[in-house]
Amino acid sequence: MAPILDINKLYKNYGNVEILKDINISIEPGDFLVLVGPSGCGKSTLLNCIAGLEEITDGTLAIGGKDMTHVSPKDRDIAMVFQSYALYPTMSVAKNITFGMKVRGVDQSTQDAKLKEVASLLQIEQLLNRRPSQLSGGQRQRVAMGRALVRDPKLFLFDEPLSNLDAKLRVEMRSEIKKLHQTLDASIVYVTHDQIEAMTLATKIVVLKGGIVQQIGSPAEIYNNPANLFVADFMGSPAMNLIPARASSNGAGTQISIARESGDPVVLTDARAPQLPQDVILGLRPEDIAEAGFRAGADVQEASCLVDMVEPAGADTYVVSELGGKQVTARLHAETSAQAGHMLNLAFDMSKVSYFAKETGERLN
Amino acid sequence: MTDLSMPQTQTRTQSATGKIALRWLLYVLLGLFALYYLMPLFVMLTTSLKSLEEIRTGSLISLPREVSFDAWKTAWASACTGIQCEGLRPYFWNSVLIAVPAVAISTLLGALNGYVVAQWKFKGANIIFSLMLFGCFIPFQVVLLPMARVLGLMEIAGTIPGLIFVHVVYGLGFTTLFFRNYYVTIPAELTKAARVDGAGFLRIFWSIFLPLSLPIIVVTVIWQFTQIWNDFLFGVSFSEAGTQPVTVALNNIVNSTTGVKEYNVDMAAAIIAGLPTLLVYVVAGKYFIRGLTAGSVKG
Repeated sequence: MAPILDINKLYKNYGNVEILKDINISIEPGDFLVLVGPSGCGKSTLLNCIAGLEEITDGTLAIGGKDMTHVSPKDRDIAMVFQSYALYPTMSVAKNITFGMKVRGVDQSTQDAKLKEVASLLQIEQLLNRRPSQLSGGQRQRVAMGRALVRDPKLFLFDEPLSNLDAKLRVEMRSEIKKLHQTLDASIVYVTHDQIEAMTLATKIVVLKGGIVQQIGSPAEIYNNPANLFVADFMGSPAMNLIPARASSNGAGTQISIARESGDPVVLTDARAPQLPQDVILGLRPEDIAEAGFRAGADVQEASCLVDMVEPAGADTYVVSELGGKQVTARLHAETSAQAGHMLNLAFDMSKVSYFAKETGERLN
Repeated sequence: MTDLSMPQTQTRTQSATGKIALRWLLYVLLGLFALYYLMPLFVMLTTSLKSLEEIRTGSLISLPREVSFDAWKTAWASACTGIQCEGLRPYFWNSVLIAVPAVAISTLLGALNGYVVAQWKFKGANIIFSLMLFGCFIPFQVVLLPMARVLGLMEIAGTIPGLIFVHVVYGLGFTTLFFRNYYVTIPAELTKAARVDGAGFLRIFWSIFLPLSLPIIVVTVIWQFTQIWNDFLFGVSFSEAGTQPVTVALNNIVNSTTGVKEYNVDMAAAIIAGLPTLLVYVVAGKYFIRGLTAGSVKG
């Protein structure tokens, strides 16, 4: 099947400032694509370009196999949900939802039928006669989604739709969006700066920084094999430990030596024997460092480390230790006996290690 | 700072009496100002209800001994403005015919301009807006000659459409400013959402922006109506016999009488000429204040 959205060599400039550089993205029908990155990375601009609200400077853009590079937003067969919801303040909820159909001259009986369908899907039937100002944040969010759903477009665009909601409601709406995606089998492009939202919702993630795509992949790929230091640091909470280390080869594998302020360096062996330069950054997620004895596997290696801090977080306990000049976080089980100021045997799962070049930050293995 | 040795309650009562005293001082002061500003109106009203005889013999601020509406009748229907003696009536209708379309057109154009400048950012939008704003500060006198020439070329010199045109052009700067400042507070996402929904430029204006605009429309209408109704310079410069607005006729009534000055007629005529602007303010005044202070739209 043809890709539902195909972005090819897209550039966007404001005057002399390059906002987006050489963006190439393609998604299949039913994909949930999340554009994620820090604020100012160009993700919202990219979404506006897809919507046609911003002209693109160079490149092409196709939706549903048709070239849409210079087509106006109303003819792109898209619907969009905005961060501020952008509900029409003087119209009732029902009028808000049907406005698009009214503008397009859809007959009244079809409008009524679709309104009813969407209202029951989103459970907002009792709100239809209210004004947006009489709704709570979560209700406004639903109405904004209703306005998009009723159009039954080829492609849904979501611009940080949950960032104005409080934390609890955000989690609720997040799972509702996910459910909607599964029920409707809709194709969605979703912008967020929240990497947890990206991980939970996406079938495909695009990580952006400074208008340049850092990595495109499934959530698991992005999480387990980050393409560079930026992605490694940005995705995941708490963030991946990025530890400066020295690598050297011998017969058995690659020796990784991590200097410590207190005591001898920690020496780990990577049996996969990757070819590495001498100075590397070793990346290991907190959950891949466990208390000795709680992690089994051929590649698990133990080292005694000084515990600087213990942070119980309920389900887990985080233990911080200084390694290679960095605060390294390990995610331990809740009942750990670790104590600050004492030595603790930590188990490093070497099969999960990522290596990055010190200068470029690119992934090495 | 509270003195620790002083009991708390005493300070509180002291400050409470102070507050009341201050409040009363404020009322007295405001009352005095109101009196000062209302005095001329009082004199005009009483004078217009007196007979000429009583004006000559009585005091300026005394109440009329005998209330008579003869001066009002004369001012409205038979006072002489030069050689014609038809009172203010025909000129009053001239003013209505000028002010109503001029207010409507300049408000509507101002709304459209403001909508474009605030919501459809295009290259040079800010420069165009600054230039229009500059138009607000050009003194009337400067445009008299060029305007006379333009009206001549358009062949509407001395006509009511000509005066409407002048007022629309001169009012655009202000009306654009009002609407632009109002629309700039409306989130751009609203326009984006409507565009994705399929609405075009005019549809968005008509269905989304105009319904939001009542407060600022009221402000603009009051402002424009007051300006246009009270205008004298354009009225006297660009009209001819038969198309003069009420302000010009009032001047003629007062200045062209010979012999005994009919102060009661002059006063009645002045009140008649000023009545519509007063009325507009009384009817829509509360929206005026609200519109000037309200800006942001809560979605």
